[in-house]
Amino acid sequence: MKKTLFDKVWDSHIVSSIENGPDILYIDKHLIHEVTSPQAFNVLEEKGIKLFRPDQIVATADHNVPTEDQHLPIQDALSRKQVSQLTENCEKYGVNLYGLGHPYQGIVHVIGPELGVTQPGMTIVCGDSHTSTHGAFGTIAFGIGTSQVAQVFASQCLLVNKPKSMRVTVSGDLHPDVQPKDVILYVISKLGTDAGTGHFVEFAGSVFENMSMEGRMTVCNMSIEMGARGGMIAPDQTTFDYVSGREFAPKGDELERKIAHWKTLPTDEGASFDTEFAFDAADIRPMITYGTNPGMGIKISDNIPSSEDASFQKALNYMGLQAGSKLLDMEISHVFIGSCTNSRIEDFRAAAQYIKGKQKSASVSALIVPGSQQVAKQIVAEGLDKVFEAAGFKLRQPGCSACLAMNDDKIPAGAYCVSTSNRNFEGRQGQGARTLLASPVTAAAAAIAGKIVDVSAN
Amino acid sequence: MEKFTLLESSMVPIHVENIDTDQIIPARFLKATDRNGFGENLFRDWRFASDDTPKSDFVLNDTSFSGSILVAGNNFGCGSSREHAAWALADYGFKVVVSSFFADIFKGNALNNGILPIQVSPKELSQLFSLISDNSAITAKVDLEAQLFSVPAANLRIPFELNAYKKMCLINGYDDIDYLLSQQEAIEHFEQNRS
Ligand code: SF4
Repeated sequence: MKKTLFDKVWDSHIVSSIENGPDILYIDKHLIHEVTSPQAFNVLEEKGIKLFRPDQIVATADHNVPTEDQHLPIQDALSRKQVSQLTENCEKYGVNLYGLGHPYQGIVHVIGPELGVTQPGMTIVCGDSHTSTHGAFGTIAFGIGTSQVAQVFASQCLLVNKPKSMRVTVSGDLHPDVQPKDVILYVISKLGTDAGTGHFVEFAGSVFENMSMEGRMTVCNMSIEMGARGGMIAPDQTTFDYVSGREFAPKGDELERKIAHWKTLPTDEGASFDTEFAFDAADIRPMITYGTNPGMGIKISDNIPSSEDASFQKALNYMGLQAGSKLLDMEISHVFIGSCTNSRIEDFRAAAQYIKGKQKSASVSALIVPGSQQVAKQIVAEGLDKVFEAAGFKLRQPGCSACLAMNDDKIPAGAYCVSTSNRNFEGRQGQGARTLLASPVTAAAAAIAGKIVDVSAN
Repeated sequence: MEKFTLLESSMVPIHVENIDTDQIIPARFLKATDRNGFGENLFRDWRFASDDTPKSDFVLNDTSFSGSILVAGNNFGCGSSREHAAWALADYGFKVVVSSFFADIFKGNALNNGILPIQVSPKELSQLFSLISDNSAITAKVDLEAQLFSVPAANLRIPFELNAYKKMCLINGYDDIDYLLSQQEAIEHFEQNRS
């Protein structure tokens, strides 16, 4: 039978199937962080059970950490407790932790790939919906709730029904100023935020084949925003080159054997999907969102659409925007370049390239937050820090930061923030904050101009 | 987990689509390391102004609506994987959420916490909203065994789907974790036989 990439990986991880019920799916890697793990560790305590496979877990502190003075004790008592509880739990159960101060610390979806923990053909879960990021490697990766974190602790398995399959093909040539973030914002704006529900999405076509691993991660990261459980891209030479040589990647003969296996993973010619969509790359231009879900996106030069729908009206009210008006040239006061969507070195290179030699608008507060300690180090090694500082951007230490504003990095109520993160929900970046999702280059350009600009216009 | 079989209750309507988990429980309340007390901050920013005074126009602050059945607009629970959203709903006292669509992760989280997500058609959902707006005290019945949601006063009967395994778990109050623990031998066998 002809199989999809998703089928191949899923089927090879089934321990057994319950009749008329879910599969028992074996999990290769389990990533954990401070916010969604404590209650799962409590379950182990309450039930008096052991951690089944501690070696297959990687832990880090990212959601709730400050991005300044990370060498000092965390100021906020609750945050401090959550982070120290993670440390205690990891010590007690023998879990490898890259906590604050560790050279490998960072956003969980940035460090997994960067350390070579993420490899093609694996199953990876984490108590965080953007686990879908790892699908860029041809991995089945998805977010789980805390009860499921406890299940994986106890058994290295999950009870899950096999999702349906969807393929989103984007072919043709991209406009030179279009970034991977624009591609995924475009797809979500076309399909809506619930199109992918119940599905795993494979992104296929020349646009993804020609994309860097960083770009593929940006795309798969946001597959959850179209409602999908996760996204995947077939592993190819770009993937193998990225994985090879990383800390926890296979080495030598083992790597050769693995690559030979990884080459068998791409979807068979003629395999069928439950749902298919196709787009022409030439239609895509730099994108921005105007509403309170990631599907409410437009080309930067377009007008905000109108709709009678009450939820749509509610969103525009919250955003303080009018149907039919333009976002172009609108003044903004905040810019955030970071989050697991866009905080890899490639993102900062692209932003720095645009920023170099320019000066941030005096009315904008612009935050640059690397995804990991290794990315932060690379920023310095390449001299990008100088570019950011000279232009007036604030470069911070790694963490989720203003993506979900659990720490002090909050956007004030009513303020407009052009953000490279993945969610523009009400209050996501702080109570009353108004988020406009865009690519790193669009965000950088907004910081320079103090207003929204279309980088593809000239 | 508590056992679930029959339920009769009035309903609380939130006529908003795409209610995401950041609205159900905002991130700043995720700092707790146990599962208790999240109900207090359920829909926090819709329920309370920034100075903590209740917003009178929000349904949870309107005494004419009460009950353990939440009826919400399409695509409920989208966004983050935070199970805190399910904990907050359960802690507040909701046992059933009715919508025309649920986000996948939320659905799983709800079921793992004894909350039953019932998916109805868009037409049935708008029917429900108008029944509640006509009579805020109207009650619905949920029969899990028969997989039937009904509003007897309006002669409305809606059969709903539920995975057979999950149904068994809810009725018996079983957790997935107990089942998985019973499968340890098969899991070890799988590990040994992998290439
Ligand atoms: S950066 Fe944002 S989306 Fe990514 S893991 Fe952190 S909080 Fe979640």
